[in-house]
Amino acid sequence: MKIDDKKRVLREMVLHRRFEERCYQAYIERKIGGFLHLYPGQEACCNGVMEAARPGHDYVITGYRDHVHAIKCGADPKEVMAELYGKETGSSKGRGGSMHIFDAAKRFMGGYALVGGPFPLAAGIAKAIQLKGGDEIAICFLGDAANNQGVFHETLNMAALWKLPVLFVCENNLYGIGTSIERSTAVIHQHKRVAAYNIPADECDGQDIEVVYEHARKAVDHVRAGNGPFFLELMTYRYRGHSMSDSRGYRSREEEELWKQRDPIFILRDRLIKEGAITMAEFEAIEKETDAYIENEVIKFSEESPEPRVEDLEKYVLADRDTQLPWLTGKAA
Amino acid sequence: MANIMYWEAIQRAHDEEMARDPLVICMGEDIGVAGGTYKATKGLYEKYGPLRVMDTPISEGGFTGLGIGASFLGVRPIIELMSVNFAWLAMDQMFNSAAKVRYMSGGQLTAPCVFRSAGGAAHQLGAQHSARMEKVFMGIAGLRVVTPSNPKQAYGLLKSAIRCDDPVFINEHELMYNMKGEVPDGEYFHPLEGSDIARAGTDVTLFGYNISVHWCLKAAEILDKQYGISAEVVDLYSLAPLDRAGIKASVSKTHRAVIAEEDEAPVGVGSEVIAIINEECFFELDAAPIRVHSALVPQPYNHTLEKAAIPDHEDVVKAVLKLFGKA
Repeated sequence: MKIDDKKRVLREMVLHRRFEERCYQAYIERKIGGFLHLYPGQEACCNGVMEAARPGHDYVITGYRDHVHAIKCGADPKEVMAELYGKETGSSKGRGGSMHIFDAAKRFMGGYALVGGPFPLAAGIAKAIQLKGGDEIAICFLGDAANNQGVFHETLNMAALWKLPVLFVCENNLYGIGTSIERSTAVIHQHKRVAAYNIPADECDGQDIEVVYEHARKAVDHVRAGNGPFFLELMTYRYRGHSMSDSRGYRSREEEELWKQRDPIFILRDRLIKEGAITMAEFEAIEKETDAYIENEVIKFSEESPEPRVEDLEKYVLADRDTQLPWLTGKAA
Repeated sequence: MANIMYWEAIQRAHDEEMARDPLVICMGEDIGVAGGTYKATKGLYEKYGPLRVMDTPISEGGFTGLGIGASFLGVRPIIELMSVNFAWLAMDQMFNSAAKVRYMSGGQLTAPCVFRSAGGAAHQLGAQHSARMEKVFMGIAGLRVVTPSNPKQAYGLLKSAIRCDDPVFINEHELMYNMKGEVPDGEYFHPLEGSDIARAGTDVTLFGYNISVHWCLKAAEILDKQYGISAEVVDLYSLAPLDRAGIKASVSKTHRAVIAEEDEAPVGVGSEVIAIINEECFFELDAAPIRVHSALVPQPYNHTLEKAAIPDHEDVVKAVLKLFGKA
């Protein structure tokens, strides 16, 4: 990665971390309802892959741990936070919530809350790209536990069969909700599971963004060149529980501390300091600026935005009736 | 007017829409090279090729989800589920992805898919190949459900479903693919909402849909000839939404209602129609409506037991006679 890109991404990753931590606080304050799945610890995964891809051009789809993926694709953090607040100005107009962030204009095709559900949707997006003849690719970010769903295998089979331009990124954070991968999955290293479908696969450290980037570049190039799907496994860790109701009784604090010593933001920060690209004081300034931005703009916007109107409860269930009349009434022109 | 079979009508709708729009595709098990289990996609593979006529692996959840994902980008997939029994495997994607994506994205994404499936009980196919599942589909927000009772509807409903931006489930019937009927020569779009009056009458309304429309028509004939009762037959080709206005109008005229469905009770079209009658025109009733439905059993294999499980026109006649105090 170029030095300027690394500096920019460091700033982005700080935003992603602080955004999520601020969500945590807002949840405690009951400003955010429902379920909340946070991303700290895994930032190098999304950032490393998307630096190798083309955010806003390539289509991205993921599960319910989706805030950072949306922002990385270009979604406005203000709209993402407003969605968590359930406001009309939210990315899904307050109808989706944390697990259903969407930004179609930025080609972020959404967060979905059924584990594994996005697999076939991603392949379908790739099918549409194939039919239309564009140079985009579909990127599907999911966790390791999703690979125990049947649609994982069904999708890999079809993606390979039809040579669909889809990159499957497996963020292997070692836990499916509160069950460790050793206790749920016969194969720890997920890339081994795709060999059966003749799909090329790779695995690397998911904590060092430069490592992720190098591996992702090869993966993205492979898919974009029309060679069909690719599967990239990134070994990573989520610091917080699966969701907010999770007290992490299934793992030790020692294990968590061990992973925090390989924090993706600190790895990049320390490297940039060592390379003389930034100073510690500059990094701390980035953190302060980020916190100020989140407080003064993101939170302020979310707090001050209006709620959806109850009269609009049924809006968006179906397409606007007026636009569909020929087919609903049979009176086609 | 051409007198063609139900499957031919479906095939013609596919062909016309695929010729018009390169983003209309079809997919499903055995639909391409094999031409479709019920011939509904016959000849399309040769004409449009494997990219647009996709023989899928036997992975209902997977390929249904794949079609839905493609529809997010404007592709219009016609997804055939060979038998509605297999749709259980695809329901996660149909309900959680297609039906909800518009709402949970605040209107940003939409899933303009058509799901077609052979529903209904055929002959002695046993418990896992005889399901009627319209009761499940019609209760899902964000999904339209239609069910053609004749070739004209089969053609026109599919044409409209492909053009509509909402996901549409089309419930066909295994026993009806070879049924013949008149279909307009020119392009025809059947409304996705409303109901048809299949036979006008004054004394009682018989509500049916798909195959039960034919039981109702046969029953109306018998009621007229043998009992002097004039029955109106209302074809509820749209199950979601149900035609409140049409149900109200007919019952307000006849003051009596029988609802015939091949699905089992409890839960289903019968109970919904009775609820609508209660809400819209309760005081128009001269007698409590009756529903005619299948027995709540996994479909038996044995011929005699199977026949006992599924109603027919005679059960509709009996229900009407009961309404008139004649049984």
